[in-house]
Amino acid sequence: VTPEIPLPDAETRHRQLLATWGDAPGLWGFLTTVDHKRIAARYVLTAVALLFLAGLLAVDMRLQLSQPDMGRMGPQGYNEAFALHGSTMLFLVSVPVMEAMAMWLVPLMLGARTVAYPRLAAFSYWLYLGGVLMLWISHAIDITPDLGWFEYPPLSGPAYSPGHRVDIWAQMITFSEVAALAASVNVIATILKMRPPGMTLGKMPLFVWAMLVASVMTVFALPSVMLVTSMLISDRMVSTHFFTPSGGGDALLFQHLFWFFGHPEVYIIFVPALGFVSAIVETFSRRTMFGYVPMVLAMLGIAALAFGLWVHHMFAVGLPRLGNAFYTAASMAIALPAGVQIFCWIATLWTGRLRYATPLLWVIGFILTFVIGGLSGVMAASAPLDLQLTDTYFVVAHLHYVLVGGAMFPLFGAFCYWYPKATGRLMSERWGKVSFALIFIGFNVGFFPMHLLGLEGMPRRIYTYGPEMGWGTLNLIATIGTFISAAGGIVFVANAFLSMKRGEPAGDNPWGGGTLEWATSSPPPAHNFDDSPVVDSAVPLWDDKGELLVMTGLASDCREVLISSAVDAVPEYRHKSPTPSIWPLIAAVATSILFVGSIFTPWALVWGAIPVGAALAAWFWPNRPRAGDADEAEQSE
Amino acid sequence: VALTVLIVASFMADRKLADARSAEALQVRVTGHQWWWRLEYRDPATGAWIETANELHLPVGRTIRIELGSADVIHSFWVPNVAGKMDLIPGRINVIDITPRRAGWFRGQCAEFCGVQHAHMAFDVKVETQAEFDAWLAHQASAAAPSQDPVLARGALVFDTKCSACHVVRGARATGRAGPDLTHIGSRRSIAAGTLPFSRGGLQGWIAQPQALKPGTMMPAVSLEPADADAVARYLESLK
Repeated sequence: VTPEIPLPDAETRHRQLLATWGDAPGLWGFLTTVDHKRIAARYVLTAVALLFLAGLLAVDMRLQLSQPDMGRMGPQGYNEAFALHGSTMLFLVSVPVMEAMAMWLVPLMLGARTVAYPRLAAFSYWLYLGGVLMLWISHAIDITPDLGWFEYPPLSGPAYSPGHRVDIWAQMITFSEVAALAASVNVIATILKMRPPGMTLGKMPLFVWAMLVASVMTVFALPSVMLVTSMLISDRMVSTHFFTPSGGGDALLFQHLFWFFGHPEVYIIFVPALGFVSAIVETFSRRTMFGYVPMVLAMLGIAALAFGLWVHHMFAVGLPRLGNAFYTAASMAIALPAGVQIFCWIATLWTGRLRYATPLLWVIGFILTFVIGGLSGVMAASAPLDLQLTDTYFVVAHLHYVLVGGAMFPLFGAFCYWYPKATGRLMSERWGKVSFALIFIGFNVGFFPMHLLGLEGMPRRIYTYGPEMGWGTLNLIATIGTFISAAGGIVFVANAFLSMKRGEPAGDNPWGGGTLEWATSSPPPAHNFDDSPVVDSAVPLWDDKGELLVMTGLASDCREVLISSAVDAVPEYRHKSPTPSIWPLIAAVATSILFVGSIFTPWALVWGAIPVGAALAAWFWPNRPRAGDADEAEQSE
Repeated sequence: VALTVLIVASFMADRKLADARSAEALQVRVTGHQWWWRLEYRDPATGAWIETANELHLPVGRTIRIELGSADVIHSFWVPNVAGKMDLIPGRINVIDITPRRAGWFRGQCAEFCGVQHAHMAFDVKVETQAEFDAWLAHQASAAAPSQDPVLARGALVFDTKCSACHVVRGARATGRAGPDLTHIGSRRSIAAGTLPFSRGGLQGWIAQPQALKPGTMMPAVSLEPADADAVARYLESLK
């Protein structure tokens, strides 16, 4: 692209761009920012704080179960602990933290200045925070949900769960799912329309592919759970009897709708982790990924299969046997694409020149635990075997192996890997390895015995067990493991905090990565890149040994981004990106009031909609010049 | 290939489990309650239903067809040493055919979270010979005989005034249906769905302080004079 007017020199442009894309100073800037990096960092920090709190609940539960007949917590306290642990981990940690990583990384990997809908990103975060506060403030004032992370009616219906505990749970889901849908739409639009010239779909980094797949899955899966929790709330509030057999409803309808979301959700958490692993494997074996196309096809295969196997959560409800056999086959089939990916990573590692830094250790830890989790998954997928395994500690072990080993380990690796990009400093490698060793060992000591406990008949969700059951020793070992990994978690977080000030300066590309985020400074400026890159491969920094190819033509005195075509990334037009605004926050507060109010009265949907509508109207008030009116751009919005 | 083998093996195993067996299978009805089990046997001679609770007896080597239903929320019937799980779902009847192969005492347990006392919703299972089973079933069908012993008569009277709204003792005046059938509680192995082993002291403690032993249970504390408490416990113990 040839410039039509003479460009200001690089220094001037850098300063201009900073002024254009920077936030107002102080609190106002904090509340109004639409910088995807600031928003995503908040998301990640909130999720990490919740990971810590929900982890404490796990420690508490492990102490209660460490010996038979422990009196540490009564049944109510224990039920609240596992309900809050599961709900927080699944809905407020795992899914949001993956979206947050995408919100932070995707524009940088695409060489873009921001996400497609910056204000929507701000709205996502504030609404997510609303859900977090609602659930945990409820816990502080003792209206904690107490029926687990999936709350089956009729137990969760009005007859057996009076009070507001279930409503809090159901509405927390509404919060987190609206936020997650908004974030997913944002990620999809960013990936499809904001790629740099040259980055066709076939040249996208695998992490970007993973986020595209996960976000599309989110858009298809989440409406189902919002529907089912809304039906539950209306059963509870206006007696709709969707799930009441005596009123013509069906208790199983809830399970079908919930797991139609619930199973894809596991892959919504896991597929981004595949992206982390691919990025880390590629950089630390210093070669391009073996089998790029099979990797992408495997992710698409997982995404398609994920929607066809929800019934494997329901083998014991008495559905027709032939149907169960179909879902057994579909569930086992997941092992094929998962296996393809494992072999591609192993092939890449095998043929690469490895560098054993902390992120790669996490990936190796991931591969080991995930293989165990995958094998126990194949076992549980078999309907007749599952009739013994389901709802026992075997399932508890399996789900932690795939979610912690399969998603959290890659996340921790990703955290170490991109930490220098986000902060400009390296984390201590020594303490990083210590925390990896503690968490990896503690995790396996903590969860492996649970497979055996499940086979010995220990059901999940029991607050105590008698000494005659003979489960004491294995439980004690599991509790010890939990403490080891909790110590590792503390080391990890302390390392992250201390390295922020004390870590060695990282430079732009400390690991020698090949994707675009390593081309800008660490931490990146508000506008991400001084010059928008142009690429012709999936690893542009490795192929262009000299200077990165860049293009010009985007304004530096107003917020302009390049929109390109969905498949071939052909530049289409310049688009005016929104400026900071307080309205996303106000809209999120208004929406929160509506959601919380509707726990208490259905009329909240009516009067609560008025402030939401007003906030949205103000948000979208047409006071921005359109693209091309660069000269008249105002920053005073 | 390995997966295909597994899928086919899984399918075959499932068919075998689901195989419709002989029509003369013993019929049993299990109903889940928060947090105990109502058990009913079809009398092979008369076709009447014989009710008991929390202790399932099964003849070894014979196929038993169990119909599973629920009176309140979803529960799951599970005796790990005898068969896999099947859920008890309100508004539905699930059917599971089981053929116990080994005699002895086993433990059953609710496997679907069903509320605050899910942990204490167990039951005892005794797999025994056909002859033992027939004798047991005939005994369960019988009503309780009134006793001439003054202490037991006193206990029966107190039971009728304090407990009969919820519990039934066939042959006596207690006809409540909310709680377990206690006609032959004295023959059972444990109290309150596996919460504590059966003993007279255990019964007394359970009647006086159910919320301490099983917090959240539907059974209210019944305050009795010490002599009455002892009489009720002796009376229940006598209901063999």
